[in-house]
Amino acid sequence: MDNLFNIIFSTNFGYAVLRVTTPILFAALAALISDRAGVINISLEGTMLAAALTGVIFSAYTGSAWVGLLFAVIAGIFMSSILAYFSLYLKTDIILGGIALNLMASGGTVFVLYLVAHDKGISASLASKVLPQIELPLISKIPVIGPVLSNHNVMTYFSLIAVIVVYYFLYRTPLGLRIRAVGENPDAADSVGISVRQIQFVSLIASGILAGFGGAYMSMGYVSWFSRDMTAGRGFIALAAEAMGMATPIGTFLASLLFGFADALSNSLQSLRIPAEFVQMIPYITTIIGLAIYASRRTQRAGAKTVRKEVKA
Amino acid sequence: MPDEILKMQNITKVYPNGIVANKGVNFSVYAGEIHALVGENGAGKTTLMKILFGLEHPEEGAIYLKGEKIIISSPQVAIRHKIGMVHQHFMLVPSLTVAENIVLGMEPSRRGFIDIEKAIETTEKLSEKYNLKVDARAKIADLPVGQRQKVEILKALLRGAEILILDEPTAVLTPQETTELFSELVHLKNKGHTIIFISHKLKEIKEISDRVTIMRHGKNMGVYRTQDVTEEEISRLMVGRDVVLKVQKQKNKPGDAVLHVENLSYTDDYGKNVLKNISFSVRRGEILGIAGVEGNGQRELVEIVTGLRACQEGKIYISGKPVNNLSIKQIRELGTSHIPEDRMTYGVAGPASIGENLISDRFYKKEFNTGLFLNLKKLNELTARLAKEYTVKCSTPKLAVKMLSGGNIQKVVVAREFSSNPKLLIADQPTRGIDVGATEFIHKKLIELRDGGTAILLVSADLNEVMEISDSILVMYGGEVVAYFPDASRITEEELGLYMLGVKRQSAEEIGGAFYAKKHAV
Repeated sequence: MDNLFNIIFSTNFGYAVLRVTTPILFAALAALISDRAGVINISLEGTMLAAALTGVIFSAYTGSAWVGLLFAVIAGIFMSSILAYFSLYLKTDIILGGIALNLMASGGTVFVLYLVAHDKGISASLASKVLPQIELPLISKIPVIGPVLSNHNVMTYFSLIAVIVVYYFLYRTPLGLRIRAVGENPDAADSVGISVRQIQFVSLIASGILAGFGGAYMSMGYVSWFSRDMTAGRGFIALAAEAMGMATPIGTFLASLLFGFADALSNSLQSLRIPAEFVQMIPYITTIIGLAIYASRRTQRAGAKTVRKEVKA
Repeated sequence: MPDEILKMQNITKVYPNGIVANKGVNFSVYAGEIHALVGENGAGKTTLMKILFGLEHPEEGAIYLKGEKIIISSPQVAIRHKIGMVHQHFMLVPSLTVAENIVLGMEPSRRGFIDIEKAIETTEKLSEKYNLKVDARAKIADLPVGQRQKVEILKALLRGAEILILDEPTAVLTPQETTELFSELVHLKNKGHTIIFISHKLKEIKEISDRVTIMRHGKNMGVYRTQDVTEEEISRLMVGRDVVLKVQKQKNKPGDAVLHVENLSYTDDYGKNVLKNISFSVRRGEILGIAGVEGNGQRELVEIVTGLRACQEGKIYISGKPVNNLSIKQIRELGTSHIPEDRMTYGVAGPASIGENLISDRFYKKEFNTGLFLNLKKLNELTARLAKEYTVKCSTPKLAVKMLSGGNIQKVVVAREFSSNPKLLIADQPTRGIDVGATEFIHKKLIELRDGGTAILLVSADLNEVMEISDSILVMYGGEVVAYFPDASRITEEELGLYMLGVKRQSAEEIGGAFYAKKHAV
């Protein structure tokens, strides 16, 4: 038990929490933007995976991690455009479309990896680059806080900035207002001449961009290679974080931190004598517990309303 | 000669399900008038206005604005022609503020961000100009309905609406809010706006409008200067009968009461009293008809009695047992049958077969099961017999119900509900939108059931039906029972119309006659 507390209350652990929160946070913000427009993007897992591989390949060929990042984001946009086209224009079910994209990304990345790196598991043979770590001036000198906050990958700082950007985007820009209006009452938006489909398309693209950042971080920051299915469910955990965060940027950030905490805990506990398989379940169990709490609270609120929904004759 | 700003000529609209909503309607309004468009529900007034606002497209006819022919293909086009509409169901985003809702789609911005102060300023200026007082910073979700309506009106005005269509604006308002709305409308009129006011409340029409167009069954029944017609005349034109159906039936001999409704009141989500202290009984072997313009509480009444809606206040007894908030199944087990108003939602499961729909109220019973499995042989026999007896036109009972015509779908519902030997039948619009043949068949069956001793509560917007089928009649207006006629054959449609439209109401004693307190049939 003492060991456990020693782990949790160390600066290393605090640093690790932020490190593992980053991809979840990007994906959760991605889920947030599309959800607010009334479209659920469950293809985040696959989108991040595709972006992660694309980033590795382009950084290896161009020798620049930043070019890799750019193409990772383009891959994210590409994936979410496919989803948007199928669900908004061809009217397929967006959940089925999302599942298809996830499966496609899972298999497709291995296929491409084999073509490029001649390996079905890992991109070790590619000389891919890593995005830089940044030492924060002044802050890095402060005891305790310094080691926790400083020296992170640049993407970790981007993810924190993204929370603020998404907040201002949703609540302070005309497009954000339209996104919220479309998600809440599409008829109202339609009645004032806003194209619901167009707004939803734009938010799915924005969602793809954020997931692209998350994917790039996975393979060019979190680790320095691509490996098959390396997102390991983070795209789905992010959906849970967004739901628990009540679809607000700040709430989503806090929920992502919670899942990051669970993730970091599972990493750290592997050093103790607890079976690794058990420890690895922690992030996923946290997700289930979190969702259960969130859902029961929501049904309680809905239960207060006894009247069934009015059906138009 | 006043200036005719808008003319709709020879408009015909047929919905895909074959319902003819407008038949060669001519409609015109003068600039700067308040024009009332009246008619019962289903008379085609909302359809006509939806056509004007570009939400529906007519099969025939033309629209002229200031003498020029225009084609209104969408609400955006209507807005461009300075036509605005305030819908019955508001088009607002609840979590946004008043100002945000008003500027939505045309947001003022500065350096890429919304200029909220500008939006608030715009809202306040507009609100002052038209004397429609709203709090620009308030969230829509926190506002009462009357305020929300003002926001809707302001939304239309900001988009330049000169012709403003209001679809039953007072249906959701309290009397005080209505008074306020009327003074605001007069103010708008004085500013030169033209207002089309859809309503079926005669007092309001007399109070607010300059002219009135009366519609019935998709046709224009006449245009009058409001001051030249009395409420009685409007009522006669609105609810008159086109064809008089005759139904063969003997005089009934009512027995003891099966259904008691005692002091039932209900307040809806918007805080409106939809039902006010309603009491009545339905007796064995009696058809009690409820007449009334739709939206006067009939739907809520039926839903509460059948268990679809929770009961808030009052008592309901079926065969002497209190049924308040029993489950639908428990209420049905007491011998209650229900023909719902919306047959596709509550009457049948569309993709399921005719047979499956016919047994959906009894498949769980012991007699239809052998251990774990359904007794298909017995069920198939039953469905084949019912389909034949109720003349459901189908090749096989295995056909999906939604493949049938409306009349045949209704026969499936009727077959199921009538064949369970009900003690009490609630028939809500049993023949709406179905052909004459099926209607006649259902009427005949209703009377057979009555003669067999079932107590029947019939709710119908079709005056013909109520008057011909019922033994006694209740009239509902504004959530209250305003009249009770123990003998339906001794009342004329003109008189009924006056009660339905709230022009007349009976004394408390006369209304109290609808409640037969003493005995319960068991």
